[in-house]
Amino acid sequence: MTARLRIANLRSRLAGPFELTVEAGECVAITGPSGSGKSLLLRMIADLDPNEGEVLLDDRDRRLIHAPEWRRQVVYSAAEPGWWGEQAMDHFPASEYTRVLALAGRLGVVPERVADNLARLSTGERQRLALVRTLLLESPVLLLDEPTGALDGQATACVETILREYLAGGTAMLVVTHSAEQAARLGNRRFQMAERRLSPA
Amino acid sequence: MTPVVLTIPDLAIAASLIVLDGVLSVALRLGLHRQLAVAAIRLVVQLVLVGFILRGVFAIASPLLTLGVVLVMIAIAGREVAARPEQRLARFGNYTIGASAVAFATLLTAILALTTAIRPSPWYDPRYAVPLAGIVLGSVLNGASLALDALLSGVVLQRAAIEARLALGGTIGQAMAPLVRSAIRRALLPIVNQMSAAGVVTLPGIMTGQILAGIEPMQAVKYQILLMFLLAGGSGLAAVAVTYLGARRLTDDRQRLRLDRLSEKTKGRTA
Repeated sequence: MTARLRIANLRSRLAGPFELTVEAGECVAITGPSGSGKSLLLRMIADLDPNEGEVLLDDRDRRLIHAPEWRRQVVYSAAEPGWWGEQAMDHFPASEYTRVLALAGRLGVVPERVADNLARLSTGERQRLALVRTLLLESPVLLLDEPTGALDGQATACVETILREYLAGGTAMLVVTHSAEQAARLGNRRFQMAERRLSPA
Repeated sequence: MTPVVLTIPDLAIAASLIVLDGVLSVALRLGLHRQLAVAAIRLVVQLVLVGFILRGVFAIASPLLTLGVVLVMIAIAGREVAARPEQRLARFGNYTIGASAVAFATLLTAILALTTAIRPSPWYDPRYAVPLAGIVLGSVLNGASLALDALLSGVVLQRAAIEARLALGGTIGQAMAPLVRSAIRRALLPIVNQMSAAGVVTLPGIMTGQILAGIEPMQAVKYQILLMFLLAGGSGLAAVAVTYLGARRLTDDRQRLRLDRLSEKTKGRTA
């Protein structure tokens, strides 16, 4: 099995160097205190922050891939998702409406809420819709930053069920979480971030 | 009708109004009389100085000297544009962007007017070129500084939204488009207001001055219309230039959002 995502000597002024390989269908869970560099690592992999080193997707070098195309393949989902429109639906392609509603429904967000103004949604609802937005891209690699940070136990279980389905379909995931239980439930391998360095947990 | 010629005693009588303001300030304890006196003196000194410079430049009528004067005016305006925003781009970005946008918009607008509508001979005659560049600059400065301020403060506030779009595979152009649009809009609103209020709410200064100086009203009106169009065009060009140049500084070859190239005015590093 070839590595879906291979990271070698990935570093920046702020963090690293990092070495990591993630197989297709594998979930790597990263825990660690706030400010230890977990988000920095994910942002560097997605090429959102300046960085050096090698990142390969299915043996293709990131440097040879147009940046937006790279980020569509290796999607970063922030802990506090950003929104550029006023309505939740402004953030989904109109052609995907049925899939959006289906996914949102499975995460416990009813259609009336999906059609609502973002300002009227709860933090948890917005977080789940952000996840829907990410999952719709069907990308080979997902970089999820605290995907259930604002969710209760039941909603968290729904999210994990769907993430497991994507893993079973071959998606590779890096999941940053504050919950050791979630890391144990989802992670095939677990790492600990401390002072901007990664070590196996 | 001959132009009204003002004499020094005429101005001295008008200056009594400034004295009246000063008396009011003392009587009502506004604490403004010092500032008022300084401002009035600055007004007189600055304008008289400009009058002498213009007289000299008009007399010499050298194209190089004219260009030099216009470039100095552009440099000063560029500095003003750079100084307005709370946020500073690294490596003197505000200055280079401000000055290039102002120069581009002013030169293009002024040269267009001089070679088509006004057509003095030669077209770079300083009697026309310098005042025209000056009035266009005022409007260009306004537009460019509003746009740059809107862009730089907006990009900080909208960081999460822009990065969300990038993270989902959007191009930097798509991610920045709403911000770019609102910055240019903000810069153009004053001139839109100015045009729609002209003659109804306010009598524009140039036109008023020309009518007072004895020019036939329809002639003055046509001049004012021409100038307003020039100002609108100049503001638009400056706003677009400053916004796109600024947006380019905020990204790199991997289409990232580079807020690390911004720093706040107050926190040292005033680039």
